[in-house]
Amino acid sequence: MLHWFNQHFISLKAFYATSSALLPWLITAFSLCFAYGLIAGLFFAPADYQQGDGFRIIYVHVPSAFTAMAIYAVMAVSGILTLVFRMKIAAICMSVSASIGAWFTFLALVTGAIWGKPMWGTWWIWDARLTSVLILLFLYFGFIALQSVIPDQQSRDRAGAIMAIVGVINLPIIHYSVIWWNTLHQGPTLSKLAAPSIAPDMLHPLLAMIAAFLFFYAVILLLRMRNQIVLREIKTQWVKEVMSHAS
Amino acid sequence: MHLNEIISMGGYGLYVWTAYSITLLVFGMNLFTAIREKKRVKKTLRHYFSQTS
Amino acid sequence: MNRKQKRKLIAVMCLLVALSIAAGLILYALKQNINLFYTPTELLQATTTPKQTIRLGGYVKKGSIHYDASGTHVHFTVTDRTHDIDVSFDGVLPNLFREGQAVVTTGNLTAEKQFEAHEVLAKHDEKYMPRSLAKDLQKPIVR
Repeated sequence: MLHWFNQHFISLKAFYATSSALLPWLITAFSLCFAYGLIAGLFFAPADYQQGDGFRIIYVHVPSAFTAMAIYAVMAVSGILTLVFRMKIAAICMSVSASIGAWFTFLALVTGAIWGKPMWGTWWIWDARLTSVLILLFLYFGFIALQSVIPDQQSRDRAGAIMAIVGVINLPIIHYSVIWWNTLHQGPTLSKLAAPSIAPDMLHPLLAMIAAFLFFYAVILLLRMRNQIVLREIKTQWVKEVMSHAS
Repeated sequence: MHLNEIISMGGYGLYVWTAYSITLLVFGMNLFTAIREKKRVKKTLRHYFSQTS
Repeated sequence: MNRKQKRKLIAVMCLLVALSIAAGLILYALKQNINLFYTPTELLQATTTPKQTIRLGGYVKKGSIHYDASGTHVHFTVTDRTHDIDVSFDGVLPNLFREGQAVVTTGNLTAEKQFEAHEVLAKHDEKYMPRSLAKDLQKPIVR
């Protein structure tokens, strides 16, 4: 089992090959989910009984918030793998994820503000949910800043890993903020998987969009990890071979 | 469904379309960053190999 | 997994447990400050001065909305089904403001226990459904 993983994912060279085989599939999956989610969400899902067509912002807001949190979870797990097993591939995954995660968090905050203005009556309020998501954005910024000031690769990986692990405490706080405290933000729509509080023909585009956002993250992650892999392995023979084939 | 209805989104058009546009913009930015990074890395590698061999 | 890795893994787990406990205690201690608003029951029990700016949250009581002749001044009652507080407000109401809808208002409580709001925000719930379904279910929009 471990051997199989090493053969396909853990060694940088193997990951480079696996990712190049995976990418077309991921791009296809992203395109299909995104096309369906976008068209169904914008044009075919029925208008909400209270919010009318304004509720369609949900199809970009919830997926970006979900992905922003999922990416941080990936970073924390990568952080553990980096710290405990000194897995290089995990360290690369962690640092590449940070900037993508920051973008998705930014997107969640901006689309949330655009949704909040017409429905709640305000762009922003310092309630527990909005504030904890803003903290997530600052965690991403902090991680990026921390890694950018450490010149040595190994110390950079380790410091980043510790920061990623410590920050993971914010994820349950974000999720439960709307339950533990009273907030302007409503409760979670999808937390009860058995009975989501959203009608089925509104739910399907939402699930498709969440999948699309995750696939998009995977695509960008792999593209950028490949860049980092060849940079880190610049002195090896296999990179030289790959590059001579490519050009 | 008419074009007017699609644009106006029941009066929420400005909000809905702004949110979707920003989303597409962020997606584009991420893709652009990844591709630009790839070009730079390739340049670095080419430079490195021309120096070593 | 060798012994060194095992030790590191245990250390990481301990770090996470310690962090959760610390965060939990801090958040518990700050509970009142993190809450966005007072419910009517909490506000009537709290000692506030008329000049203090506070947030009051609850449901708009059915049949309690009255507009002045001018059209901009509005009175309504915010309830948590235990206690009611009368609110007066001068300004633009959000689109979702209606009977039975949850609201969060910012303002001050006068000595006569009247709430003078300078901002009214609508709070919506996490349920989404088409208009037809809402009608079919005979589901009252008002909870």
